[in-house]
Parts: sequence; structure tokens; C-alpha cells
Amino acid sequence: MNPHRRSPLVKIAAFLVYFFLYAPIVILVLYSFNASRVNVKFEGFIPNFSDTIEMDGSIVKASPCGPFHWYCDLAKNDDVIDAASNTLTIALTSTIIATIIGTMAALALQRYDFKIKPFSQLSLYIPIVIPEIVMGIGILSLFSQLFGWLNSALDLSGDARLSLGMATVTVSHIAFMVPFVTLVVQARLQGFDKSFEEAAMDLGANEWITFRRVTFPMILPGVLSGALLAFTLSLDDFVITFFTNGPGSTTLPIYVYGLLRRIVTPQVNALSTVWILIVFTAVVALQWIQSREQKPTAHS
Amino acid sequence: MLQRLRENKSAQGTLLALPTTVWLFILLIIPLVLTLIVSFGKRSPDGDVIYTFTLDNYIRLFGYSTDCTNGQTSCFDPLYVNILWRSLTLGFNTTVIVILLAYPLAYFIARADPKRRNLFLFMVLIPLWTNFVIRVYAWMMLLRKEGAINIVIGWIANLLHIPFTPLEMLYTPGAVLVGMVYEFLPFMILPIYTSLEKIDGSLYEAAADLGANAFKTFLRVTLPLSMPGVVAGTILVFIPVMGTFVVSDLLGGKQVILVGNLIQRQFLDARDPTFGSAASLVLMVMTLIVTYFYTRKFGFGDEIVAA
Repeated sequence: MNPHRRSPLVKIAAFLVYFFLYAPIVILVLYSFNASRVNVKFEGFIPNFSDTIEMDGSIVKASPCGPFHWYCDLAKNDDVIDAASNTLTIALTSTIIATIIGTMAALALQRYDFKIKPFSQLSLYIPIVIPEIVMGIGILSLFSQLFGWLNSALDLSGDARLSLGMATVTVSHIAFMVPFVTLVVQARLQGFDKSFEEAAMDLGANEWITFRRVTFPMILPGVLSGALLAFTLSLDDFVITFFTNGPGSTTLPIYVYGLLRRIVTPQVNALSTVWILIVFTAVVALQWIQSREQKPTAHS
Repeated sequence: MLQRLRENKSAQGTLLALPTTVWLFILLIIPLVLTLIVSFGKRSPDGDVIYTFTLDNYIRLFGYSTDCTNGQTSCFDPLYVNILWRSLTLGFNTTVIVILLAYPLAYFIARADPKRRNLFLFMVLIPLWTNFVIRVYAWMMLLRKEGAINIVIGWIANLLHIPFTPLEMLYTPGAVLVGMVYEFLPFMILPIYTSLEKIDGSLYEAAADLGANAFKTFLRVTLPLSMPGVVAGTILVFIPVMGTFVVSDLLGGKQVILVGNLIQRQFLDARDPTFGSAASLVLMVMTLIVTYFYTRKFGFGDEIVAA
């Protein structure tokens, strides 16, 4: 019996589910070339480089970008640029911190016995089993209580007053990212042959050298995939950011949500398309690097 | 001092785990305790929290009302109970539909040629990397009266000479259901795939040798062995669906109000954090109860990490 034989029914079902997954994205990209300012109806593609374009019944001056009209519009939008830079700053900072402390915790939980171990392990499951909104409003309550108290205790006023912003978003992102990093690295450590480390110790390496030369290279793929997961979680996060951001710390998801509640122009579609392309390129590049790195070790 | 630390394994472990544990304690556990305290409080006229001990918020949430039309001093107002019930049924319906859609695809990928398996898996992940909010927006454009679905149906109806008036799909409960299914589908496909892929191929041969047909093999071998994946996927889908407010906000408009929307409004528009805290604790308890009984029945697989 051929194990790879599948009934045509399964194939059709799989194709339909893929169609369901991709159709909305195709439409989204298509509408970024829409020759209409109110992105409700598809009014046809923006014509190739002409001086004027007809849009919603009136003639407007065309941008020099031709069909990529909305993309050029996007590049001129300072709010989008700010939101993009905030999103990246928050994602990078929180990924670095979460990866470091999360990996440390994974090592501790997998290798050591200590008093607070059951508590540490259990707390990792909180973000998985509790809806994000519950965490979001809890953190909001914590910060507003803490800042209110500190502001009056230290008699801060004006710009010196503590308020929600980049720092609160970053700190909160780390909180929900760490468990995922730790669980991924822990899973990697579980299938880890301890005899390599013992061999290094027998050959006279001290603990630090053993960690740097043996343990770390072996868990590195796990650490990297944990970091990648954390990074994408941060980029994608809406709920926690929604409750912890303040003026000046708007991220892209928050910005897009704000737009969607008002008037939507194809600019949002252009933004989405750029977003998809960047993330797609980054992930393909990372996969490629990882597969190149893993090949030599697979043979050794 | 350093020498002593080098010999004390327990202290080393504590030190390594300390940053994460403290971080989670401050930002997850303290906020939960604070939410509990706030939920027993009272709202001051300007929207601040007055710390006392009252169960008013919970009583209000479960239907006790003093604002009655029939002249009595108190009556049952099902407004919030209905919202809770709606969220619960939506979570249940979404999960069932997601399982039905995810299973065939996960099965297809697990049985595919190993060389192409990664590509197929990758194709599940790509939609996930477009942003959550952007995915909801895509459905706004599809479901609109002038949107892509109505255009396609209208076009087909025109070909068949059937009169067609565009369907009102956006801002309905159905739109919210479709949006939820779309958002969380990949989270079900991945764990089911992981558990299907683990199944030893020789089991299929054994089943075939013993005379089981394809359907029987699926029912008696494949399905039971893939249950851990379904359980992990259910947790990854059901819990977020219960707490999401973006999907219902953008696709349901004012028609579909879920617990998530209720909580969000208490913290932003209505400015009653005490009532919002009570609602979010009830939401948390509801999801924990469902998760507890569900995992006790089927076990808690490590497939959750695989996703």
C-alpha cells in the first residue's frame, strides 16, 4: 500500500481550504491598485503613467508612480512611518530581552532543581490559557495604579509625569513572549544528549566553556526559532498593545485599526501589501539561512 | 561567595529562572490579583475606582437590574447574560468549524510527499504573517455590499439570468463567525498536522493486513492518535476567540457584541473599570472551566508548543 496515496476527496478539501486562506489576501492586494479614493467599490486599476486619472467621477492629478499611486501616498504618510518604526523598535527590544531571559529560564527548568521551580513552570502557561484581553486590562490597571501613585508620591508634573508609552508596551510584550521562548527552548533541551557536555567536562572544559562551546551551539536552533516566534508575536500583537500604548507609541496594528473605524483608502491595502511582502521575504530568508546552517551538522 | 554559588546547584537554578519568574509575577499575576480587587470596587462619578468590597458588579453582570420598566424595584435583565452566552456559543461554533476545515488539510499535508510537505506547511503559515487586523480588513472588503463576493455572485446570477440583489453580509453574526474561523484556522492545522505526522506508518500497514478498509483505518487508527493535536488546537482556538473584540467590532458592528467588546468599552468609552474587571474575570473563569474539563477528558498534549 502506498502511504502517500490520498483520496481525491482529501485533495479537493485541501485545495478549498487553501483557497479560503488565500482569496482574502489576493483581494486585499488587488484593491491596493484601486482607482478610487473610497475603497468600497473596485473602480478598475489605476491606469499606467498618465498625467491625470479619473477617480470617483472627477479628474485628479496623477502621482508620478503610475499604478503604484497608493504606495507613493503611503511613503509620504508620516504617521505610517512613525507607527512602523515604533512597531519595529518594540518588537526588536522585546525579542532580545525575552529571548535572553526565556532561554535562561528554560535551562534552569530543564537542568536544575530549585524551590520555586513548580511556580516558575506553572506561570509559563498563564498566557496560553488566559484570554489576552484579561491580561491586557490587568496590566492597564497595574500601570494606571502604579503611575498614579508614583506621580503623586514623587510630585511629578507636566512632561515628567509617568504615563503609558513605548516602555509600557515593550515591558508587556516581553511578559507574553517569554513563555513561548522558554517552552520552545525547553522542548529543544528535552531531546538533548547530555553525554556531549559530560565529555567536554571530562576533557577539562569548565562550566562556562562547556556552555559556550557545547550547550549553546546545540540549543541555538531552538533559541532562534523561539526568538522568531517571539518577534512575530510582537509584530502581530493587537490586544496587549491596545491597552498599554499611549500617545507617541502607536504601532502599525493600532494605526490600521484606527483607520478602519473611519474612512479607508486603498492606502491601507498598499500598507498591507508592503507588510506581507516584507514579512514574507524576512521569513524566507531566515528559513534559507537556517537550512544552510543545518545541512553540515546533519551529516556529521 | 562566587565559589559557593558554583557549588550550589539550587541557587544557580533559582538565579537563572529569576528574571522570567519575577517578570511574569509582576506583569501577569499581580495584574490578575489587581483585577480581582478592582472588580469588587465601585466606580466613582469621574470614572475612577473606589476600593471597597461589593458584589454589585457581578450581580449586575448576571442580570440583576434596578432599572425596570414594570415598576418593580428589581428585575432580571438578560443583557449581559446574553452577551456571555453569545460569546460561549460563538467560541464553540468557531472551534467546531475550524476542526472540520483544518483536519482534511492537515491530513493532506501529513500524507504528502515528504519533499513537498514543508512547502505545504509554509503555505499555511503565510496568511498568519499578514497582520491580525489586516486579515479582518480583508474580510470587510469581501463581505461588503459592493464587495468581491457580491460581485462574483452577481456575475454568476447574470450569466444564468437570475435576478440578484446584493446580499447584506457585513455587520451580521455570520460575518463574525467567518472572520473568527479565518483568523484562527492555522492554529488548528499546525497541531493536528504535528500529531498526524508522528503516527508510525507501520500502524497503517498493520491495519491493512488485518483487513481494515481505508475508512475503518481512519476511524480506529488515525483519528484516535491525532486527538492530542485536536485538543491542543482547540485550546489555541477557543480561548482567543472568547476574548477577541477586533473581529466582532469590525465585522459585526453594533449587531454582535461579545464579552471582549463589553470589557473594552468599560475601559475606554463607558469608563467603568470595576464592571469591566468583573466581566473579564467571569470570562477567564469560563474559559478555565471549559479548558479544564476538556483537557481532563483528552489530556494536555505537547503539540501546543509545536504550533
